[in-house]
Amino acid sequence: MQTANLLIVLLILSIVAYYMARGRSVAQAQPLGGIRYLHSLPFFYGMRAAIWCALPSILLLVLWLLFDESIISSLLIGGLPESLLPTSEAEHNLFFNSVENIASGALSAETADPALVAAAESLNSLRDTGRSLATAAVLSLAVLGAGWGWVKVSPKLRARQQVERVFRGILLSCACVAIFTTLGILLSVLFESLRFFQAVPATEFLFGTEWSPQMAIRSDQVGSSGSFGAIPLFVGTLLISFIAMVVAVPVGLMSAIYLAEYASPRMRGFAKPALEVLAGIPTVVYGFFAALTVAPFIRETGEGFGLQVSSESALAAGLVMGVMIIPFISSLADDVINAVPQSLRDGSLGLGATRSETIKKVIFPAALPGIVGGVLLAASRAIGETMIVVMAAGLAAKLTANPLDTVTTVTVQIVTLLVGDQEFDSPKTLAAFALGLMLFVVTLVLNFVALRVVKKYREQYE
Amino acid sequence: MADSNLSHAERIQSSLAKRYRAEKHFKFYGAAAIAFGLLCVVLLFTDIISKGYKAFGQTYIQLEVTYDASTLGITDVNDSQQIVLADFHGVVKTALKSRFVDVSGRKAKRDLYGLISHGAGYTLRDRLVANPKLLNQTETLWLVADDDIDTYYKSIDSDAGAFVGRMSEQRQGWVDQLAQSDDVKMRLNRNFFTQGDSREPELAGIRGAAMGSLFTLIITIALSFPIGVAAAVYLEEFAPQNRWTDLIEVNINNLAAVPSIIFGLLGLAIFINFFHVPRSVPVVGGLVLTLMTLPTIIISSRAAIKAVPPSIRDAAIGVGASPMQVVLHHVLPLAMPGMLTGAIIGMAQALGETAPLLMIGMVAFIVDIPGGFTDPSTVLPVQIFLWADSPERAFMEKTSAAIMVLLAFLIFMNTLAVILRKRLERRW
Repeated sequence: MQTANLLIVLLILSIVAYYMARGRSVAQAQPLGGIRYLHSLPFFYGMRAAIWCALPSILLLVLWLLFDESIISSLLIGGLPESLLPTSEAEHNLFFNSVENIASGALSAETADPALVAAAESLNSLRDTGRSLATAAVLSLAVLGAGWGWVKVSPKLRARQQVERVFRGILLSCACVAIFTTLGILLSVLFESLRFFQAVPATEFLFGTEWSPQMAIRSDQVGSSGSFGAIPLFVGTLLISFIAMVVAVPVGLMSAIYLAEYASPRMRGFAKPALEVLAGIPTVVYGFFAALTVAPFIRETGEGFGLQVSSESALAAGLVMGVMIIPFISSLADDVINAVPQSLRDGSLGLGATRSETIKKVIFPAALPGIVGGVLLAASRAIGETMIVVMAAGLAAKLTANPLDTVTTVTVQIVTLLVGDQEFDSPKTLAAFALGLMLFVVTLVLNFVALRVVKKYREQYE
Repeated sequence: MADSNLSHAERIQSSLAKRYRAEKHFKFYGAAAIAFGLLCVVLLFTDIISKGYKAFGQTYIQLEVTYDASTLGITDVNDSQQIVLADFHGVVKTALKSRFVDVSGRKAKRDLYGLISHGAGYTLRDRLVANPKLLNQTETLWLVADDDIDTYYKSIDSDAGAFVGRMSEQRQGWVDQLAQSDDVKMRLNRNFFTQGDSREPELAGIRGAAMGSLFTLIITIALSFPIGVAAAVYLEEFAPQNRWTDLIEVNINNLAAVPSIIFGLLGLAIFINFFHVPRSVPVVGGLVLTLMTLPTIIISSRAAIKAVPPSIRDAAIGVGASPMQVVLHHVLPLAMPGMLTGAIIGMAQALGETAPLLMIGMVAFIVDIPGGFTDPSTVLPVQIFLWADSPERAFMEKTSAAIMVLLAFLIFMNTLAVILRKRLERRW
């Protein structure tokens, strides 16, 4: 049976289990004098049976879905004649691809090796038996669970506590998804990175100044030995992020100050959401804007001054990225400025300071930790931003600090290395994961520090 | 000091002008910063709209077409095999030849045949299949023009002069000739809303990408909303104060700030390489976007739960409700508007996201409109990215138009969230 159909059947079964157990509990309560003589409400008896019906069987189903392919393939390998046994990893994959193609009918069975055809047939039959076995096991487990839930119904049964315990368990496991996600990210980038560092020494990756991730496909190939020095990428990333921050920090900060301290409520009600529109625009739109409007404009202006400007200049990407980050900084700064107690403002104004003096000498120092935290968060955003740089920054890994020149960034390289067909044993693709690891660690540290700073500061005035 | 013989009052008086000037400057900088931000918003929107609004129109050319059986090379209209092989573009060629009789030479003829898009053949085919009586008949039809003609015709009245591009002078002459006899006109670009991607700009549409986005978002909301709400309920109502809870909270806050491309790497390594989920399908996209939007949804749901006053909980507990009943019967219904708002904003974020989807292969060139969760598809932002990379000038217009559609969806979702919040928000 198809997985979706099976799930629907399970759903129907649990609804049936719910009503049966609920009805039984009501029936048992009747001679006692009504449902108030039950330990729990009939609803909980019903839910208990439904949970017994659905939960174990769904767990079994998930386990099967996770491991069916590996079980079937090992069975298939076990049943192969000696001559066909694959000897290497690559051969193994090739073998499975061709068997798969014959089994699904994509490759004609008439022209293929008869041994392969036999393997394909046994694959198909294994799959069929596997599927029907799994269906039978899941359904019988569901029926057994429902029956168990039904049999156990009695006025003394503490159904509510049991149901609530399961509910709490489900809630907890949902909360743990966050931990598993972090773990998954770490493991996935870490393992591939370790494989990468086996091929390329970590020191070369971290301190090398030449990046050209081309690997020789054949061993006798000339001219593409591949070098993986990531310094130009780091410098490019920092350059673009720096330009972005130069735009975003003053503008964001000043607009937050103006909105919090000077603007009338009407002005604030209009300008704040209008600025936040910038935060809601997808990054791919900024990328398009940077590549097709800002970059040509900068090039023409630069040429007007007699400057050599690349058409994929770091300046264009950085400027547009800065615009993207403005609302991020302004709303964070707005929060912290508003959190500064009014008494500090009143005290300063009462001593005769002008508003700007109050802001510069009292509010800004008081809000500084929060602002620093916000800027750090924004910096981690700029470093991890992808689409703007993919569309507007270049691919050439140049080691330069000239904002009019073309540079490339970590995220651009991850995208170019991984988009399209890849083989997972080449350092070229693995390099993307090493870059991902660097990106993850750097942004993690920035975020962690920023959140710490912000949190510590918030407690100060609460 | 030079003015030490002045009294305090005088000293302050003399410094006041300077201080007021500084005050004025400071205020001006603030206003300028806001003006800059607003200017960027206006600039961005006018740039996109001015580049893209023309893509909603499409140039059509009127021709007299004869469904000549011998040109088509078919004998029986009802034979689908023959229809597939029939030379409908040949019919268009004949029609063009009879419209411009005096064209000779191979190159000129090829130029001439290029006036009409290759897609016009499919229009003719569909008409013939729908109405077999048309065979060997003649009818006058508006056919989709080639993208070069389209770009040229659209820019003919612009101040900067017509955009010529690859157009030969001869072709311009033909278009002008057609225009004089009112055989060229702009019509609503229906292809743009009904077709999938195409290499020919005049045939490319966003329907495929929009459907892909829809399927991806359905998966995302179906997974992230229940999980996010459950996690928020646990953390706000049940979690004990211990290290494990702290760990969960730190993780959620950090994940909210992890670059989206990292989630793409996760999807590639775990879902595709480890679990062997097929590439380019909405299911994987939805899973990756779920993990990405979960922190947003959890954080906003927690805020919504926090906003429910404790007195409600106390009252429910007082009349004998169990903690679970308090949450399910009282806290959740009251917090629902806030949670929904958070979910819509999370979905808007997911709709605009591109980078992680590039990693999991949703960047393929897909012509067919996906019909389900496991059909290869792409999504709107990725389609924008792909078109932005295309060299044809006509794609620039399409890209802007696709951006307008995407922004329209986003504005709609955000407005919905705002309205929902205004309507259902309760002050305690």
